[in-house]
Formats: sequence, C-alpha cells, structure tokens
Amino acid sequence: MGFLDFATTKIEAAANWARKFSLFQYPFVTACCGMEFMSVAAPKYDIARFGAEFPRFSPRQADLLIIVGTITERQGPALRRIYEQMCEPKWVVAFGVCASTGGFYQNYSTMPGADQAIPVDVYIPGCPPRPEQVLDGLIMLQERIQRGEGHNQIVIANEKAAAKAQKLGIAYDVPATAIRPRIEASKG
Amino acid sequence: MAQIVLDRLTAEFRGGEILQTGSQHGNEWARVRRDAWVKVATFLRDDPATKMEMFIDLTGVDRFSTEPRFDVVLHLYSVSLKHRVRLYGGCPENDPTIDSLCGVWEGANWYEREAYDLYGVRFKGHPDLRRILMYPEFVGHPLRKDYPKEKRQPLVRRSQVEAGE
Repeated sequence: MGFLDFATTKIEAAANWARKFSLFQYPFVTACCGMEFMSVAAPKYDIARFGAEFPRFSPRQADLLIIVGTITERQGPALRRIYEQMCEPKWVVAFGVCASTGGFYQNYSTMPGADQAIPVDVYIPGCPPRPEQVLDGLIMLQERIQRGEGHNQIVIANEKAAAKAQKLGIAYDVPATAIRPRIEASKG
Repeated sequence: MAQIVLDRLTAEFRGGEILQTGSQHGNEWARVRRDAWVKVATFLRDDPATKMEMFIDLTGVDRFSTEPRFDVVLHLYSVSLKHRVRLYGGCPENDPTIDSLCGVWEGANWYEREAYDLYGVRFKGHPDLRRILMYPEFVGHPLRKDYPKEKRQPLVRRSQVEAGE
C-alpha cells in the first residue's frame, strides 16, 4: 500500500499543478466590485498571466467561482444553484468585503458574507480591492490548490479514502471538516 | 412655485378633505384625508389649472409612536405647466390601508407594491399587491421602525462550518 500511496500522491501533485494554472473562472458579479474585476481581467493587470484567463459564463464550464460584490439573502438560492452546478474540483473566492462579510451593509436584506451559503476558499478584502490584492489572492489560491487544500479537494480526497477503506474493510472516519457541505433551505 | 395647485385644492375641496397645506423651500405639500385620496389625485390630474400628468414617486413613511403612524407620500409633476406638488395620506396603525392610485396613473403599480412590501401599507383596489423587493417567504415589513435592525431571514444557509474559518 505504501507504494500505491506514493504513486497517487505524485499524480495528484501533477494534476494540481495543472489545475492551478488553468483555472476557469465564473465571475458572479453583482455590484461595483465588477469594475475592479474587469480591470484585473483587462491587459493592464492581466489575470491571464496566472492562467485564469477565461471567464466562462456558464458555471458548468468553470471550476473557480469568484463572488464579486454584495450578496443579498434573496440571491442565496441562485448562488447555491450555481455553486452546485460547477465541475469538481472547484474553488470559491470572495472578492471584496461585501462578499466576504457583508461589508458596511448590515441590514435585513444583505447576506453577512457569501460563506453563509457556500464554502469559500480565499477572501479578498477591500472596497473594492486593488487589482494587486486580487492577484495576491489568486496566488494564495494557487498555493492552496497545489497543496490540495481547497475545500472541495479535501472533500474529494476524503471520499476517495473512505471508499478505498470500505473496499478493504478498514474503518475510516471522515473528519467532520471534510464532509460535503449541505446547503439547505433555512427555516427562520 | 406652485401655490396655484394648493389654491385649486382648497377651493375645490371644502368638505375637510384637505387637512393641511404648506410650502417649504419652494415645494408645496398638502395632507389629504384618507377617504378622499383617489378623488384628490384624479382632480389634480384632470383639472386644467393643475394638469398633473406625471406620477413621479410614491413611498411610505413610518412616523412611529405618532398617529396616524404611516404616511403615504405621493409626488406629482405637471409636464405642461412645469409645477409639482407633494401629497400625504395618513394611515392609522391599526388599519394601514389606503385606496390604490393604479386607476389614476398606471405607474403607481410597482410603487404601491414597494410601499406595501417595506411598510405594510395595503392599497385597496390594487390589481396585484405582492412583494416586489423582498422574497415571498419574508415575514414582516423591514422599513417599519419596530422591525429589528439585526434580524435576518435567510433563504439558504450552509449546514456546517469548514475547518479554518
């Protein structure tokens, strides 16, 4: 088994290396941060240098969800649906302070951070963040991807390990932090 | 600016329908008795001296702990005569209803839905009085002064918190 583990790790590392330089992003743009996102995507700051060149305007073709702007409670179900439609393994970036925490909107309609509804890997603060901050966040995400620490990568790895353990008849407890998040309709 | 509008109103309605009038910073306003709301609005639209063809805005005010608690505020403008006026219709707390202006200006439809959604003022005779900004599951009216500031009514929530967050 030691030999097999070694082999899978190396394949996974190679795959992660490929993944981190070919992120297909889905920009979920809801607010003014979108202007700054355009600036990052445009030639001056040029997110293409990091391989995250192509915004796919369908979540089914994307593996990086960038939440750009304020999320309202009313948008929650749509955000969940988009997240669930994305290909695995997938990553989520909260772009700007509204997507991270709700920002200065503390009222009845604004969700206090997109992570209330879906998991988030990297939070980029700023109102709006400077393009340099976005690129810094993207590099942080790439490092996490390489280490296999994206929220979805952890889930997948643990599901694989659990399936393997079941096949071999070994007890394997999936850590609570690696259980696939259930996103539920909230009651009250 | 448009004292003529108030003069026409007070000359036409002598039965106490116009409760109060005033002028501030060149803007004229009139407080209208609730049961004369549509009648006054129709008169302002049709009278050749006022000609309020254009519905500008309609919203609500919660004057919490005073009566009438809710005010419906209507802004009107005359494109041909270039004057404007503001009307207030007061609704008491125990019966926050007022007649709908959808029959006078079509444009009042969504504004009345908004005032209903956020203040809970019901517009009698409105063709489709549903919430317009908040979701149907939302309980209460968020711009009322007694709506808790910190209260959230989420539609979806993640069941568990990830590590390191």
